[in-house]
Amino acid sequence: MHPVRKQRLILVSLMVVLSSAAIGLVAFALRDNINLFYPPADVVAGKAPMDRSIRLGGMVVEGSIERSETDLDTTFWVTDYEASVPVRFSGILPDLFAEGEGVVAEGTLDESGMLVATQVLAKHDENYMPPEVAAALEGKTAPQGQPVLP
Amino acid sequence: MWAFIHKLGSPPWFFGFSGTLVRWLLPVTVTLLLVGAVWGLLVAPPDFRQGNSYRIIYIHVPAAVVALAGYYVMAFAGAVSLIWRIKMADVTMRAAAPVGAVLTAIALVTGAIWGKPTWGAWWVWDARITSMLILLFLYLGVVALFEAYENKTAAARACAVLSLVGMVNIPIIYKSVDWWYSLHQPASIKFTGESAIDSSMLYPLLLMILAFYCLFALTLLLNMRAELLWTHRDSGWLKQLVGDT
Repeated sequence: MHPVRKQRLILVSLMVVLSSAAIGLVAFALRDNINLFYPPADVVAGKAPMDRSIRLGGMVVEGSIERSETDLDTTFWVTDYEASVPVRFSGILPDLFAEGEGVVAEGTLDESGMLVATQVLAKHDENYMPPEVAAALEGKTAPQGQPVLP
Repeated sequence: MWAFIHKLGSPPWFFGFSGTLVRWLLPVTVTLLLVGAVWGLLVAPPDFRQGNSYRIIYIHVPAAVVALAGYYVMAFAGAVSLIWRIKMADVTMRAAAPVGAVLTAIALVTGAIWGKPTWGAWWVWDARITSMLILLFLYLGVVALFEAYENKTAAARACAVLSLVGMVNIPIIYKSVDWWYSLHQPASIKFTGESAIDSSMLYPLLLMILAFYCLFALTLLLNMRAELLWTHRDSGWLKQLVGDT
């Protein structure tokens, strides 16, 4: 290769490597801000701020959803299978919201450690299958992991 | 091999070669898109959780995949332009940017339309979605930067640097769902091991991804040909070609 082109090749490679390293370090330093939500374990451990709005993400504990008879109030527990946090929400829940499914709730923590949510989003996983296949799997697989209720 | 690469750098030869390629690629792309769309939208079964609304996957995922791959095409052309100073590399880089921008916009818009019924929100500042928005700005930045210069050689160099620096965003987009907590689901198609999407839904999806790759190649070639026609409008070879037909 021509020496001038070789030099340019080295310069271009250096540019890509150094800019990647710089952006990589920035992303690493900001990793806590890039995370969309806190897992329940972090909230229970007191790592989430109490004074401002946070997002909590995890799975809705099976059998924990309690709906009010008179209004739209709903309470449920969110778990990451290490710890669980109770959530209270008043409003319309997304269609995919269900027990044992992923959820992201935004709101503030009250003194008792309950998240008073202003928005609840359903988080679906990467699995896609026809209903027949899901029904066939239902009969075979045992429930995975035991949610922890304090 | 090297002779072929050398010929690619020649505008008259490339114009003729791309013309043949376009004639083949056009029917292939239309067929793949039609078969993929009918298979995905009508034949594939509904999802056990999302019902029929998941079918937007057949536009969303192909557009996003090719938007990422297209960035590498643009950045590679940029590197060739910086190192070897080949004019055709500038043309490729410039032609790829608007196509990539449109694909990224399609991925973002279909994602928002999909997000509303499934998550319950049009937009969330999640790592995957935000990094995808940065990709859109990188593509639009290359388009704008090229237009900002009077001198097109200087413009091509600035665009090449921008696209090479922005390349770091591609692995970030790809891995964002694994590195950080996000609302966006992790990848359903896995290169190693069994995919998390049933094969009856996976095959039409793979076909649509292939169709979008062909669509990208086709629009890229057509863009490059339009650019060549404009920049060489006074060249002898082009006048001769137009005179012939």
